[in-house]
Amino acid sequence: MKFVATRGALAAALLSLSTFGASAQECIAPANPGGGWDFTCRQVGKTMQDLGLIDSTMQVVNLAGGGGGVAFAEVVNKRGDDNDLIVAASTATATRLAQGAYPGNSMDQVRWLATIGADYGVIAVAADSEVTDLTGLLDQIKNDPTSVSIAGGSAVGGWDHLKVLIAANAYGIDDVRSVKYIAFDGGGEAVTQLLAGSVQAFTGDISEAKGFVDSGDIRVLAVLSPERLPGEFAAFPTAREQGVDAIGANWRGFYAPGGMSDEAYNEWVSKIADLYASDAWKETMAANGLAPLDLQGDAFQEFVTNSVAQIQSISKEIGIIK
Amino acid sequence: MDLLSNLGDGFAIALTWQNLLLALLGCFLGTVMGALPGLGPSNGVAILIPLAFTLGLGATPSLILLTSVYYGAMYGGRISSILLNIPGDEPAMMTCLDGHPMAKKGLAGEALSLSGIASFVGAFFATWGLILLAPQLVKIALLFGPAEYFALFALAFMTLGGVSSTNQAKSAFAAALGLGLATIGVDTQTGVPRFTFGEVHLYDGLDFLVAIVGLFALSEVFIFLENRHGGNADGSKLKIGKLYPPMSMIKQCIPTMLRTSFLGFLAGVLPGAGASLGSFISYSMEKRLVDKEGTFGTGDPRGVAAPEAGNNAAAGGALVPMLALGVPGSGTTAVLLAVLLSLNITPGPLLFTQNPDVVWGLIAALFIANFMLLAMNIPMVGLFTRVLMVPSRILMPIVAMVSFVGIYGISGSSFDLMVMIGFGVMGWVLRKFDVPLVPIILGTLLGNAMENNLRRAVTIDNGDWWTLVDTPLALSLWAIAIIGFVLPLIIGRKVKAGMHAKRDDEGSISD
Repeated sequence: MKFVATRGALAAALLSLSTFGASAQECIAPANPGGGWDFTCRQVGKTMQDLGLIDSTMQVVNLAGGGGGVAFAEVVNKRGDDNDLIVAASTATATRLAQGAYPGNSMDQVRWLATIGADYGVIAVAADSEVTDLTGLLDQIKNDPTSVSIAGGSAVGGWDHLKVLIAANAYGIDDVRSVKYIAFDGGGEAVTQLLAGSVQAFTGDISEAKGFVDSGDIRVLAVLSPERLPGEFAAFPTAREQGVDAIGANWRGFYAPGGMSDEAYNEWVSKIADLYASDAWKETMAANGLAPLDLQGDAFQEFVTNSVAQIQSISKEIGIIK
Repeated sequence: MDLLSNLGDGFAIALTWQNLLLALLGCFLGTVMGALPGLGPSNGVAILIPLAFTLGLGATPSLILLTSVYYGAMYGGRISSILLNIPGDEPAMMTCLDGHPMAKKGLAGEALSLSGIASFVGAFFATWGLILLAPQLVKIALLFGPAEYFALFALAFMTLGGVSSTNQAKSAFAAALGLGLATIGVDTQTGVPRFTFGEVHLYDGLDFLVAIVGLFALSEVFIFLENRHGGNADGSKLKIGKLYPPMSMIKQCIPTMLRTSFLGFLAGVLPGAGASLGSFISYSMEKRLVDKEGTFGTGDPRGVAAPEAGNNAAAGGALVPMLALGVPGSGTTAVLLAVLLSLNITPGPLLFTQNPDVVWGLIAALFIANFMLLAMNIPMVGLFTRVLMVPSRILMPIVAMVSFVGIYGISGSSFDLMVMIGFGVMGWVLRKFDVPLVPIILGTLLGNAMENNLRRAVTIDNGDWWTLVDTPLALSLWAIAIIGFVLPLIIGRKVKAGMHAKRDDEGSISD
């Protein structure tokens, strides 16, 4: 059972909002304080204020539930034309939309604003594993899919699972259903089981894997980015340079209500673009393991559309949706 | 030594004014909750969860507050056992057997202080046991794959019924109900929603804390509304007399306390078994071992010391599997596990490396709480006996208020309030039928993890179910589980008769 508790700030925040009037900018984090979406709202709000992009403090409202579905429904049904509202989103949002996990909602009910960075996927094995590169692992899966169990922190059909399938697909494994994925409750538990020897490989985000790479417990076979990442991540080979054309970015960004005026939409897009271009944001990205991914306005809208279509087609292949 | 420096860090965390005050508050409230018949450690902790969240406490302070309540309730249970012959909670049942006869002989004060000392000894050694055993258990935690975890969960359920329930079938029913409730929400293995009826609030499953508060706290209020009983305890029974036992009496009991602390701790470490088993085993072993003149049951001090040391040691022992493996050792630790999870802390092998401040702060707080409780429970015991006389008509509205305000404060959702009321009504009905509530909570809490581990294990081995009994560790866990399930059926009948003779109608709250 997942826990939906600790939405403590919500009641208070909603109350204070009603008195603030229309001028206060608001960011909904569709999860409890402490998670990725919460970080997105708070960090962006703070940096924007520091840079003078917004006048007053950004109100952050935590609206958890349904893996983001409660917030999505709230925005579509009750806040559809609010010009002062943005909502934190990520690949998980797109994945759930693609798989129909927000009942009755679809991606074109909201306007997609911009990204603020990405956390790229990695595929890793235990440090004492015989497998040394991505093609070695994928060959094993190709020859005998039952011999390799891959652990990840998301549910079956979730982003950690899909990343492996994208890589397997790119390597020419046609029946992706045969790839054995074991879902654990979070990346930490998945790595623990990798070290315990219950499973043979791990799929997750680079920020989850970093601590275990530093401690020498796991070896990253490939990072699913277009080119090598900067800084301390430069040592990890990309999947592309090993001949597997797979990219898996867990992007972070925002959407806005579907009825937001064009004027307000463009203003938000340009504000987020200014934020992204600032040095302060580059520091934030470096400190939190976010890699560059710079998409705004129409470009982002198109990116989400494509990504939803890709996820839908893989999900159909593995039978998660019909 | 690594251990001692860790413990030192823990004390540095626990010894802040805020944490000390919280520990003091927790100890006091816990003792009160324990002393009040019907309110045991599980509901004591459950009622105070909303308080911890509403105060906006961080992970360590919340845990310090709630574990102090837990230890305090273990202490407090004995007070009404001795004075009124009504166990304040189920683990204190065995204390009635010799405690009340002592009180009748005019030795109530001695019985209270002696049992206070016994509680201290039990809890003290159990906390050391926790320090020594938990990190070891973490080291072998890597041996636990999905199949072993599944066996461990099965063990928790199979030993749960054990000695503490009147009826194995009712325990089994309650566990099955809990497991069923756990299936509500999006299935993490496939992403398919189950039993959500398109209600987006149910996608993450039932909120665990809401279920606990409804089942334990609110059902208590409903029971009160129905009965309006317990208006005033009979004050004339509450004569305490001398507070300090003679040294000879303490000396006589020391070997008993040491033996039963060890035994109780072991009983606590076994997942599912918990404190009732600890006090029960301790009492029956001591009776067999030292009761040559047949004085047990007639007010023998050792008969008071044994179950009290045993159940407090079990309370400490039950924290070991909860912290090290994420599998709670008793009903109350299941509630604590839920609190940890909602604070974004995942108990298990990684806890000791990722959140050492939480673990060691908590352990240090246990030591501090234990000393506070000793101080509170001997000189101040008169205060708590007066609390026993607070009429329910004042107490119960407070419980109801704390429940509603607290849950709304946590979630800010009226949907959760409806769910809580639903659970309250369910808890009331089930208690009418004498169905134990703890297996429901364990089932709801562990159901998903148990199911997921089963499916992981079978998937990893390509659908081969024999994988569940493939390793020596899994086999031994299954063996213990089966023994724990079958043994009470065979030998449990006659002992249960003795143990449950003193039950009142709130007996379905157990630990």
